[in-house]
Amino acid sequence: MNLDVRLPMGLLFAIIGIILLVHGFTADQAIYDNHSLGININARWGGVILAFGAFMLFLSRKKKS
Amino acid sequence: MQIPNLVLATAASAAPSGGSSSILLKLATVDYAILAIYFAFVIGIGWVLKRYLKTSSDYFESGRSLPAWICALGFIGANLGAQEVMGMAASGAKYGISTSHFYWIGAIPAMVFVGIFMMPFYYGSKARSVPEYLKLRFDEKTRTFNALTFAVMTVFSSGISMHALALLLNATLSSSIPWLNYHVCIAFSGIIVLVYIYTGGLTSAIYNEVIQFFLIVLGFAPLVYLGLKDVGGWDGMMTKLGLYSNAQGMPGAWSHSWAHMGSATSNPMGVEWFGLAMGLGFVLSFGYWCTDFLVIQRAMAAKDMNSARRTPIIAAIPKMLFPALVILPGMIAIALVQQGGDSINLPTTPGGETDFNMVVPALLAKYFPTGMLGLGLTALMASFMSGMAGNVTAFNTVWTYDLYHNHINPKATDSDLVRMGRLTTVVGLLISAGAAYTAREFNNIMDMLQLVFGFVNAPLFAAFLLGMFWRRSTGHGAFYGLLTGTVSAMIFHGLTLPAAGTATGIKGGWIGVQHTFTSSMAQNFWMAIFAFVGCFIATVIISLATKANKTDDELRGLVYSLTPKTKDESAAWYARPATLGAIVLACTVVLNVIFW
Repeated sequence: MNLDVRLPMGLLFAIIGIILLVHGFTADQAIYDNHSLGININARWGGVILAFGAFMLFLSRKKKS
Repeated sequence: MQIPNLVLATAASAAPSGGSSSILLKLATVDYAILAIYFAFVIGIGWVLKRYLKTSSDYFESGRSLPAWICALGFIGANLGAQEVMGMAASGAKYGISTSHFYWIGAIPAMVFVGIFMMPFYYGSKARSVPEYLKLRFDEKTRTFNALTFAVMTVFSSGISMHALALLLNATLSSSIPWLNYHVCIAFSGIIVLVYIYTGGLTSAIYNEVIQFFLIVLGFAPLVYLGLKDVGGWDGMMTKLGLYSNAQGMPGAWSHSWAHMGSATSNPMGVEWFGLAMGLGFVLSFGYWCTDFLVIQRAMAAKDMNSARRTPIIAAIPKMLFPALVILPGMIAIALVQQGGDSINLPTTPGGETDFNMVVPALLAKYFPTGMLGLGLTALMASFMSGMAGNVTAFNTVWTYDLYHNHINPKATDSDLVRMGRLTTVVGLLISAGAAYTAREFNNIMDMLQLVFGFVNAPLFAAFLLGMFWRRSTGHGAFYGLLTGTVSAMIFHGLTLPAAGTATGIKGGWIGVQHTFTSSMAQNFWMAIFAFVGCFIATVIISLATKANKTDDELRGLVYSLTPKTKDESAAWYARPATLGAIVLACTVVLNVIFW
């Protein structure tokens, strides 16, 4: 197959990670106090997901033969 | 199709009933954005792959071209349906760490066995499906029996997943999305799965299962982290589980996996060690992981023999660690219940008992703010849809190759087969939707179907075991052995009850009650043991009484003693199935000892 699954997967998780990061830094702190024990889980986990997506994109790059 | 009753239980829990305080998830724009992006990618992958599908082998077998790691994640992703994510969390609450038996005894040994010993026959025989292997090894009637029962089971399993998803979405989102009723949920989930399977075939299903796997891991890991932090870490959770166990009259039973398995009455599963090890660990587990085409199909898509053999063994590594992701939420819920106050808001059943089947939605509502809630809900929907897609791809392959091409149109061209595969995908999803509505209207019919599936599945492994490792077994022996095993299971069910005070009927005892178990799980495990023994003995006796219908030349590549052993010496140690399998089994033993 000519489509490397890591390319769409990396792209998807990079986009989701960026969305969560942006939301994490712009949303009211109150939503974290009410839900995630006061932890800004969107920003923290968004960063992890963005890193995972970027790593997948790195692995999917075409190697020069 | 493993432990399918959990799916029905999950579905029943999500249904509006006489219980109290349902769980409502309030989504914001960011949550909808994450859901929409995920579904766009799912459909996009199918669309992109469409241009690469030229032959029926591309459509049904991924052209046998995929690397081991993709097949392995597809192998485990196809099994990550609703019963895994929601059902295992419920079991974690009901049984504690003992639920890990479904993994460390009920999956890993069988996954290693199929990789080392059985994949050489499935992959090496060039069979395109498990029923086709039965045709090569035994005869046409054994193949058709297996293909028909498997096709019916897969399409109904897909329907049950569809039904459970529709009920769950309807119960948790209908307040924030008024137009999201049961019919919309059925249509939406069916159309998404239809588009990406219709366009991209098995490769699209496997690629999406890989993404769904990571989505579920990334979506549920923070849930476990926040939950553990809330109950005082691992030690805090264990202390609270200890108090809960004492209150239930089974001290320590929720925090140990084997220590209380000496007697069926001393653990919450109601099963003793022999029934567990033989019924779940051998008959049911090997019967599912070693013969179910739903998962075997992923390994058969691998690019070479070594990759096909490593597929289930690589899949066993995340499978071994999955209890941390799917069982811990249930144990955290129990710790939160023990904590008291408004720590967790779980709905109750009409009978007034806490409904643990809704543990995951309850924890999502408690711990995830907007944003993460969208990710968690996407992961939950992905798990339901991967279960549906796995069943549909297995159904369209078995129907097209084993029933259509074999019985209806033997002269079909390759493009005819692809056309039939796509048509079967549409029909399969329509039947699934019909099954979902049947489950909604007549839950007893679905209970009955699940029971029949249990009768048919229980003896399967005996026929495969004898077929692969005893060259004298014959087509007549296998076919009538399977029928004998099925009848044995029915008779056993008719003579036993799952618990004292249970009414006779669909739960058992319809012939006459000779024995009463401590739980329905114990009854199922022992029924499987009896079915296996019935099939095994009948297959041996009938095979010895009938003439061998295959020559040694015909059986080469299909039977262990007549097949040259695969040499792995040239591969690196980590690429040798036997070495990998030994490491996985050793790790599993260590986990069993740690949580003894």
